[in-house]
Formats: sequence, structure tokens, C-alpha cells
Amino acid sequence: MSLTTPNPTSTRVRPGRLAPQPGEVIDRRRPVTFTWNGSTHRGFQGDTIASALAASGVRVFSRSYKYHRPRGLLTADFLDPGCSVQVGDEPNVRGGHRLVENGMVVSSQNTWPSLRFDVKAVNGLAGRFLAPGFYYKTFIKPQLLWPLYEKVLRRFVHAGEVPEAGTGGVSGETFDKRYAHPDVVVAGGGPAGMAAAAAAARTGSRVMLVEEEHELGGHLRWGDADDLATLRDLRAQVAAEPGIEVLTNAVVSGRFDDNWLSIVERGLPQVFERLVKARAKTLIVAPGLIERPYVFEGNDLPGVMLSTAVRRLVNLYAVRPGSRAVVLTANPEGDAAVEDLRRAGVEVAAVVDARAGDTVVRATGRSGVSQVELSTGARIACDLLVTAVGWTAPTSLLNMSGDRPVYRPSAARFLPDPQRMPDDVLATGGIVGDGTVTELVAHATAIAGAAARRAAARARAIGEAVPTRGDDAPALPDPDPTPVDVPVLAPADHPELFRSSTHGFVDFCEDVSSKDLVIAIKEGYDSIELVKRYTTVTMGPAQGKLETVNTVAIVAEATGRTMAETGTTTWRPMYAPVTLGALAGRIHEPVRYSPMQRWHEQHGATPLVAGQWIRPEHYGDPAAEVRAVRTGVGIIDVTPIGKLDLRGPDVAELLNLLYVNKWSKLGVGKVRYGVMCAEDGVVMDDGVTGRLGEDRYLMSTTSSGAATVWEWVEDWLQTSHPDWRVHVTPVTTAYASINVAGPRSRELMARLVSGVDLAPDAFGYMQVRTGSVAGVDDCVLWRIGFTGELSYEVHVPASYGLQVWEALMAAGEDLGVVPFGVEAQRILRLEKGHFIVGQDTDGLTKAYSSAVDWAIKLDKDDFAGKPELVWQREQGPTTQLVALQPVDRATVPEEAAQILGEDGRIAGRITSSRMSPTLGRAICLGQLEPSLATPGTLVTVRLVDGRDIRAEVIEGLAHVDPEGTRQRV
Amino acid sequence: MMLVPCPWCGPRNATEFRYGGAAGARPDLVSATPQQWREYLYTQRNPLGWSREGWYHRAGCRRHITIERHTGTNEVRLAEDG
Ligand SMILES: [Zn+2]
Repeated sequence: MSLTTPNPTSTRVRPGRLAPQPGEVIDRRRPVTFTWNGSTHRGFQGDTIASALAASGVRVFSRSYKYHRPRGLLTADFLDPGCSVQVGDEPNVRGGHRLVENGMVVSSQNTWPSLRFDVKAVNGLAGRFLAPGFYYKTFIKPQLLWPLYEKVLRRFVHAGEVPEAGTGGVSGETFDKRYAHPDVVVAGGGPAGMAAAAAAARTGSRVMLVEEEHELGGHLRWGDADDLATLRDLRAQVAAEPGIEVLTNAVVSGRFDDNWLSIVERGLPQVFERLVKARAKTLIVAPGLIERPYVFEGNDLPGVMLSTAVRRLVNLYAVRPGSRAVVLTANPEGDAAVEDLRRAGVEVAAVVDARAGDTVVRATGRSGVSQVELSTGARIACDLLVTAVGWTAPTSLLNMSGDRPVYRPSAARFLPDPQRMPDDVLATGGIVGDGTVTELVAHATAIAGAAARRAAARARAIGEAVPTRGDDAPALPDPDPTPVDVPVLAPADHPELFRSSTHGFVDFCEDVSSKDLVIAIKEGYDSIELVKRYTTVTMGPAQGKLETVNTVAIVAEATGRTMAETGTTTWRPMYAPVTLGALAGRIHEPVRYSPMQRWHEQHGATPLVAGQWIRPEHYGDPAAEVRAVRTGVGIIDVTPIGKLDLRGPDVAELLNLLYVNKWSKLGVGKVRYGVMCAEDGVVMDDGVTGRLGEDRYLMSTTSSGAATVWEWVEDWLQTSHPDWRVHVTPVTTAYASINVAGPRSRELMARLVSGVDLAPDAFGYMQVRTGSVAGVDDCVLWRIGFTGELSYEVHVPASYGLQVWEALMAAGEDLGVVPFGVEAQRILRLEKGHFIVGQDTDGLTKAYSSAVDWAIKLDKDDFAGKPELVWQREQGPTTQLVALQPVDRATVPEEAAQILGEDGRIAGRITSSRMSPTLGRAICLGQLEPSLATPGTLVTVRLVDGRDIRAEVIEGLAHVDPEGTRQRV
Repeated sequence: MMLVPCPWCGPRNATEFRYGGAAGARPDLVSATPQQWREYLYTQRNPLGWSREGWYHRAGCRRHITIERHTGTNEVRLAEDG
């Protein structure tokens, strides 16, 4: 490697790869080749995209969001706002986190025409047009120009190219979901997290240890020899416990009620992202601390880095991050960075000790820092400025648990409020306080003991709350009730350092400067939540982790309030970005088929998705299917029709309550049509119910209403009338249902039915019988139908559905029997004028607007929706269901076409429309104002293309056979 | 996601249930005014504190239960007569 040896002719070392480091995570035996903006680069396995590029001297990684300023590495980890990149077809990849792979195609985002020369950087000069709230101010008026504004703004958005739809996810990988029920989840795999996981597992708890980085260890990984020894020891302790499941490259992204946790796992084999939904008995929050950037002029120049970024680059990736450095330090981590830099051969030109009151005023340079000006007035040439000015406690999971962290000025950070922590959430590590590694481990071990005891108590409480728990179930844990003694982990003193005497960037993702915040406050947006929304500070990809505390400090300074009085913005889930793919998971869309589905497929049925059901829409020619039913006989698979078996002496009472009509006098063997309303009087479902025996009824519902009606029935029985003796069994899929329709249906049925007299006077219209069909016993036969023809609806025990279907087709061959699909049935029912709930009615259509006035019995004491229907009748309906026929027989107005009144106002709409094969003309149903609903009235219908046509309201709803003679034969 | 304490099945995920709203008595059909009826249908008191609610365990035992829930904390307990 040429870069590992300094060029002897050069007076200075160059940025690049160092000799092997004791804690490095790269595998030098495994070189990796990838491209960056078209040019080939090399790295090692274990490198992140950012570290590999930094090792080959890349300094500018992206252009900023608003001003298109050049940006380099700031944190060199997942949060780094400067290195979101495009990898192949995947946008917005965190370059500081994603590991390089052979053949990876990496490019910078949001740059045109190139990273080096970005024309949009002109915004830096025209910054006054992009002042805070620029979305709100600049582009408000005139509104006509909004489409143009959107186009212009879109060019400035920093986002990559989203993969083509339907390509099966990023790089063809899948997304996945998983459920888990661990005792203890530990969020964060640093020293405290590892120690906590090991201690909890030793007590017998099942532990899930979740770490955002690619390996466990946290800050120990870039520490000294002692830290590395501790790291090896803690990793060995974790590995020795089989009860610990370690998830690396994963993050607890949300905590919800009762410790329901969302955990995002990334980069699994063949799985791009997996969402784990874990119900943890206790949660230990141990995320450590995030280093906070410093606000000063030029703080976003490439070459300005946090001390942890430098320590990562040197110790984990053996990368020399610069040649000549200035280090601003206020803490031991900054001091250690100085040592790291010296060891890496970087010339440390100045160490500015913030604890002594010195600071950095500004950094200057063109495409990167070249000079730093100090508060002493000194100006120092350098290509690297390192800041170590303090820490942000990532308290998100605690806030989501109901805690309200409190700002402590002496430590210059927010700390959890132990009083407000729920019992099942605990915290350890840097988020609680500071200490030696030994002290962190001791605290974490004690916290884990408490967490394990509470988890055991929780497991016991849950187990005892399950009444059906068997005697042979495993014994419940016997938790130790004595409280655990937790040693104090006190936060160390730290100077408060947020902003220098100059203004600089607060939010690097959203390009929001401290000056922007001050201006927003001067304009009156003086609360932290208003400042956030007005300036978009903390709303970018870093989501406040780097910028929230600086924002609070600057708002506090500008308003003269304290940090505590200013408060923070709300931390909400998700803590870390989650792809929509992970939220969606695998495609698990359950579908339902009738037992006859294979026959339909073999006979050319076009499938129709109807809710969960897949049904035959037609078998080639729906109009021919209609004609066959009107002239001969057809059969249709109506299995999805909802069916409830109701038994008991009080069923008639129940029906009286559920339906608007009366049921007390329904004789055995009789069937009645009923309409159900919700308590607001809106039509909810309809169907027929038959009385099969003294105490036995079969209720049918619409296909889509089957589940709702079942719950509706249970609702009434359980909450209002628990005294009624009614037993409800859903039997929708226990039967296959076939409707045999057409003038020759009796002839066909007679060939297959036994045990039932089919003669018209023995088995008349609206009657029900049980008998056998094609040798299958226990079939239910109804003389009803939706088509207006003589028809029989047959419910067959489901496993015999196909047999009966095939028998009907075979026995009816000489009668010309045809199968018909949903489309033919829709035409047939529209010809007959039967409405469909949800098609010809909507969520506001009450019963008196549905042409079922004849069925509504207001003299009943009670039924669902009665008061609203009383009032609807008193006031008269606002719309009525009517049948319409366009004057031009050939024009079928679209469903949902508007019906206009004389003055041009909307007076109704077409709800169903088709070309009738029977009449050879267009036919419709519609909802219409009563003033226009008189038969014979001509109304105007506006088509989708803007043309107006005339249509006539006809008498009744039936276009075909209004007298109903065909179905009664 | 909160756990709902079903007396038949034990604590179960809230997504197994249908929320039935604050438990309230159905007004008398004869004497109710439209105003009273519509308050019953549409107006929820939405208190900050303990609220009595009906839940239906649709993906479990299919029983209606009445629980008390603290709307500020989502703490739940089975109502005495639940
Ligand atoms: Zn239950």
C-alpha cells in the first residue's frame, strides 16, 4: 500500500492509511474495490464507505441541502450528515455506517453537474432568498406558480434516486418482520450494555442486546490498551451466555405502551431490513452519549470534525484524517484525540483548551478548512479542526417511556429524571452519568439485576392473569423482592460550550444556522417548538441527535431564558430511520377461495378481487352469461355470502332488534328479506334470513358485511341482552354456495335434488328447505335470488362444493347450463333493480333513502337505528334511490357521474350503470333529490368527459319484470 | 402497543381487540330527543383520567369486556363488573 508510507520528498504527511492499529476493524488481507462517482477506489473489508474514501484522500462527500456547500466528515458514523450517498439503486445510504463491498457503485447525492463544481452553490451568495421560513415566505404568492415552485424546489432536495417500482425492493432483497418476547432488552452494546446483558443473562433472563454499530463495544473500541482488554473480556462474557441474543447493525427505534419495542435490523443475509416487534418485560436503555458539534463560523467546512470522528478514523480504520490539526478540547476525549493524532503522525499545530477559557472563533477555507482563528486572535494554518465540546444524551427511548430528562448546567447535558421513569424501563451508562469503565460496569450490573427481578415479577403477573393456564404449564418465576443496591454514577462536570462569538451551522442536514434561529426568534417564533417548525431545525435526517441541544442553547441565549425554561422539542419514534419496506414487511395478503376455485380457473374465469375473496368476474362474455340466465339456466358461485347459524328460543327477538322489519311471525320453512341499520339509521347490511326449524335460523349477509354483522350480533347479545338465549355460529365457509338461476332452473334442480318437493305450490318463492343435492345430504335450499329469475340458492357442506357444482354442470348440459360470474350477476340485479349496500348507498344513506320504506316497521318497540328513522320520516329523506334510463339508449353514464338540477347544482349521482343485454339499452340506479325523483322526470347527467346527457326517472326500481312474475313461477 | 387485560385470555395485544368507545347507556328510545341521541352516537367525553371503555376481543375469545383506562398514561385495569 503506497499510502501507508509517507512520501519522503514531501515535508508533510498526507491524509491516508496508517500502519496497523491495535483496535482496527479492517481486514488488510481482504482488499475491496468499489467506485465513487465513476472512479475506482480501494478499501478493506471492515471499512465503511466513508473510511475507505477518507483513506484515499477524499475530503468532500456531498453538497448541503439548501446552499449546496461542500461537506465532509463530521461524526464518521451513522449520524454523519455530510455523507449520505447513493449505493447502486439505493438512495440515502449512511456512508459513515455502511460497510464497503466489492463492486459497490457509490455516488454522491444532490450534486449537479458534479461534486466539485456545484452550480447550485450560488445559493450561498443568494442566501437572503433562503432565509428561515423561506418555504412560507418566498413561494406563497402567486399560487398559480406553485407547480413551478415545486419543480424548482425539488431540484434542491437532497435525496437519491429511488429504485423503480416493482423491482422487488432494493437490490432484489426482501423485507421481513419478526415477533419476539424477551425478558430484558438492552438498547446499546457499549461497556454498560454488554455488562448489563451478561449480568441479566446470568440470572436466567432471556436477553436481547441491540447495538447500532456492526460490532459490540461502543467507545472501548477506539480506546487505549486497557480499554481493548476490557472490551475483549466483556465480549467474552456476552458470548458465554446462551441466553443473550445479540443483534448488531440494529437499533431500538421506538418504545410504546407496555414495553412494545420496534427494533430495526439491517443488512441481514437476503433481508434488507427486518422489523422486530418485541414485547420486552423490561428495557435497559444504554445508548451512551453522542458528541455535540460546536457552532462557529465555518463549522461545516470539510476538515472540521468531532473528536470521536477522529478517534474512530485513526483507531478503527487506521486513517490519518489530516496533515496539520488544531484541536479544541474541553474533556478527556478531546485530549485523547490529540494523542491519537500525534501517534498518527499528524502535526498538532495548536491545542485550544476550552477549560482554560480559550476557544475557536472561525474557520476559513474554500473547499475545506485552511485556517482557524482563535479567541486569542491567533490565526493558524491547518487542514483539520477537531472539536470536543461536550455530549448529548440520546434520551429518545426515555422520553418515549414518559420520562422528562432534566438539564443539568454543571454537566452541560440533559439527564434522566429517575422520578418519572416507569418501572419497566431502566437506564445505565453514559446516559446516566460518567465514570471509569469499572464504575460503568458496576452500575450496569446492578441495573441489570433490578431489571431481571422486575422482568421475573412481570412474567409472574402475566402468567397469573391467564385463567386458562394449564396445570402442566411451566412454573412461573419466583422473583426476589428485595431491592437492588445501585451504585451512584454521577455525571462529571463539563463547561457549557454551545456557540462561539460567531454564527455557524446548527443543523447540518437542513442547513439551518444559529443566525437563522435568532432571526426566527426576532420574528416572534420564540418557543422551541415554533422555532423548529419555522426553520426546520432538527427536522432533517439526524432528527435532532446532533443539533437539538445547540438549538435549545441558542434559543435560550436569544430569549434570555435558561436551558431548562426553554426545554426541548419532543422526541418521537422512530429514533432511527426505517424504510417503508421494513414497516410493510413481507407481502402477507391472505386471500380466500371457494372450493370451486380450481374449476373456475380451468374454465377461463377472469379473477376479481372482492375484499379478501378471489371470485370469477366472468368466463369470457358477461352479456352472453346474462342472456343464458334470462332464457335458460346458469349457475354462479356465491360462497362468499355471509352465513350465520342462529339457534335458540330468542332468535326472533334478536332479528326484530337487528332488522328494520318484523320477524315474530316467520313460519318454519319461510324466508324473509331484511335490512339492517346502524344506530345512526344508515343502512349497514341486507340479506335474507330463513327459519329452518322451531329454534333454528340461517341468516345471510352481504359478502363484504359478513364479519361486521357477526360482531354486530355479538355486540347486541353480549352488551344489551345477555339474558337472551341465542347461540351464534358463523358458517360462511362451512358451506359452499351456488345460485341456480333461470327459467329452466327447476328442471335442472329436479334432476339432482332428493328429499324436497320442488313443485311450485310445495316449495314456493321465499321458502327454505333442507335436503340432498347430487347425493350430498344436509344441503340448504332457498327459493330466492338476486337475478329476478326463478332461482334456487343452495348451501352445500363446503367439502362437497365442487362435486355439486360439477354435477349441476353435467346434469344441465342438454339444458345449456352456463356458469356466470359476478359481472353478469351485477347486470342481472341492476336490470331487476336490486340495490347493493355500499354501492347504491353510502355511509350517509339512511333506510328511507334506500327505497325500503315498505320494510321499515316503526311500530316495533325497538330496533337498531329506530329513532333516526323516525326523524328521517318526519323530515323526509334528502335523497331517494331511483331507477333511471338515459334518453340516448346507447350511452352508459359512468358510476358516480353527477346528476344536475335545473339550476346546474348537483342534485344527485349515478350509483350503478350498465348496458342491459336484455333491454338493449343503458340502465342506471341513482340517488336523487326527492323534487326530481317523480317518475317521468327528465334530469341532466354530467359525464366524466364533460358532456351532459338526459335521463328519465322511471317508475319503481326494476328495469326488467317490474311485476316480479318471473321469480315467482 | 398496550396490553388489554382480557379476563378470559389474559393480557393481550390491543390490536386483537376492537375498541368500542367509552361505555355509555343507550338513551330511552321513546323519550330521547335528537340532541340526546346524537350525543350518545357521536360525542365522546374524552376525559383526562380514568375512562370506562368497552373492548371486543375479536381475534381472541370474542367476548366484550369493560375496562378502565387512564387516558393520560394508558394504564388499564379490568372494571369491577367487566
Ligand atoms: Zn379474550
